[in-house]
Amino acid sequence: MNKQITVRSTKSVFSTQLSSKGIRVIALLMMLVAITSVVSISIGSMQIPLRDVIAVLFGAHHDMYSIIILDLRLPRTLLAIMIGAALAVSGTLLQGVIRNPLASPELTGVTGGASVAAVAFMTLGSGQWSIHWIPLIAIIGGMIIAMLNYICAWKGGVSPYRLVLIGIGFSTAMSALTTFLLISGPAFLASQVLGWMTGTIYGLSMDYVWVILPWFCIFMPLSLLLARVLNVHLLGDSVACGVGNTVQRHRLLLLFISVALSGAAVGVAGGISFIGLMAPHIARKLVGPLHGVLIPVSALIGALLLLVADMAGRTVFSPTEIPAGVFTAAIGAPFFLLLLYKGRSSTA
Amino acid sequence: MVSLIQKSSLKLLLLGFGIVALLSSMLASMLLGIHIFDVHTLWLSITQFNGSQEHLVLRGVRIPAACIAAVVGANLAIAGALMQTLTKNPLASPSVFGINAGAVMFIVLSLSVFKVDLPFEQMIYIAFAGAAITAVMVITLGSAGKEGFMPVKLTLAGAAIAAFASSVTSGLMLLNNDSLTEALFWLVGAVYGREMSELLTVLPYMLVGWIIVAFMFRPLNVMAIGDDVAKGLGQRTMLTKIAIMVVVILLAGSSVALAGPIAFIGIIVPHICRYLIGNDHKWLIPFCAVAGALLLVSADTAARFLLMPKEVPVGVTTALLGVPFLIVIARRRTYE
Repeated sequence: MNKQITVRSTKSVFSTQLSSKGIRVIALLMMLVAITSVVSISIGSMQIPLRDVIAVLFGAHHDMYSIIILDLRLPRTLLAIMIGAALAVSGTLLQGVIRNPLASPELTGVTGGASVAAVAFMTLGSGQWSIHWIPLIAIIGGMIIAMLNYICAWKGGVSPYRLVLIGIGFSTAMSALTTFLLISGPAFLASQVLGWMTGTIYGLSMDYVWVILPWFCIFMPLSLLLARVLNVHLLGDSVACGVGNTVQRHRLLLLFISVALSGAAVGVAGGISFIGLMAPHIARKLVGPLHGVLIPVSALIGALLLLVADMAGRTVFSPTEIPAGVFTAAIGAPFFLLLLYKGRSSTA
Repeated sequence: MVSLIQKSSLKLLLLGFGIVALLSSMLASMLLGIHIFDVHTLWLSITQFNGSQEHLVLRGVRIPAACIAAVVGANLAIAGALMQTLTKNPLASPSVFGINAGAVMFIVLSLSVFKVDLPFEQMIYIAFAGAAITAVMVITLGSAGKEGFMPVKLTLAGAAIAAFASSVTSGLMLLNNDSLTEALFWLVGAVYGREMSELLTVLPYMLVGWIIVAFMFRPLNVMAIGDDVAKGLGQRTMLTKIAIMVVVILLAGSSVALAGPIAFIGIIVPHICRYLIGNDHKWLIPFCAVAGALLLVSADTAARFLLMPKEVPVGVTTALLGVPFLIVIARRRTYE
């Protein structure tokens, strides 16, 4: 009843099994993302009719709406999709590599490193340099800490368990440092920094789309190529070794992709929590644990979550803007708990 | 897995040494800080309180801080060890039950609803209630569904609810800036600024927790092997699980009510203790209590010197002190 279709390229670089249910779920989610994007562009402090939104998106010109749609709302919507997807895939890869359901991109130290770098920039730089440097600074900070984490966990190979333990250490130390900077800095920065730490895509322009696009275009397809490697990793190191997988090399590669995706996302949007942790679980509840389907489904769910969260952040307490990071969990958690409650598949 | 120390006599010696270290660090914590006192003044402030400024500082600030740090550190470490045994997940800690996030959410919620500063005595009860309600919710959700209670489900439900609660908290804080400064305290956690009477308010709950756990060493050891084995050996696993959860709620709930969410101790101390003396809960729980208390007391004392004259929240120093330890231990042990 749940037929598996094997998709394989000739040199079998890419090989995966798609279930018919998986394909249905992917199609449905894609439609949902498209509809939500259009709705998200149309609503805000100025309501734009859906018909005009679609017309402008397809190239028509409108005196008033064109600027709002193309310069303000479209970048934001695109960013929400890319950042949500990046975080979700990053979490999926990490949970696969580490084989622990509590793993989230924060555990690699990326978020912590990025936060420290960004907050240090905000408090110590005291407005000397343009805030447009924050994404770059944050990505560099996140990468450095993730690398340190990997080096500290390396001892003739990296075991997932050691990596996670040291990762917890690093991310706690980093969040401690962030708090330290926060309280030693001027008080008026506290709410700005807090907003960044919660994660927001408020006021991001097209420039930021170009910042994150290369990361997204390189690492997303790569993660799909590695789906079958991940499936093997799930079975444990010894089995993976036994079926001819170069465990350490692939682990490094997978971790690197995960770090790169979440690093870019965190750099642009700040510390949006929940998506990296829970989107993979939601996806797993929907389509099961095989990564060929799991990765795209989880990416779509991440995108959808952040789109809806951003929309809620703009409209619920209008005119006050609430960071999207506040709503990712507020919307995602009840949904996840519902799935958990129904308990349709026991794979978690 | 082989622990570093095998002999019971050595373990006892180490435990004794730990207790001595704890007591001396508590003494140091009472004496050191911006104002440095001597033992004689401390003694006089307890026996012949004369209302001078020195005595006021000692009795009103230093002694409560040292006692609260010790108690909270011990509680969090024990609760962490229990959570790890219960969920069979090395990453589990009291915060996985949503206890920290729930307590903080209730505090911030009541701050923004009532718009007035509540007296701390009431705050403590709100925090405690918040912790208990979220924990019970997590447990109910974690054991609902077809398969019944499963550690994985519990862990996931906890993580989801914790995320939900903390997002509500930051939303509320961003919505009204007035409560921000008050609430910042509850976001980082600290042991200063509390009075002895507040410790005494929650002490009974902690005592109950300690007494229950003292009777549970053997069931805990059986449970650690695995649920199926435990059942096979004739253990009423559900009863044990409920007892563990009650203890965790009591210990972690009262700790978060007293000191806010102090992360890390619940994860790191059990790992260090397991490495030192192994998985036998008869030793593990006392060691965790002593080591947790020692870590928090010394972190709190160190925190006073980090950014003189400001006091740095102790959560910052626990992390900075604990991380090097954690890295060394994680590298020493072999996994898989």
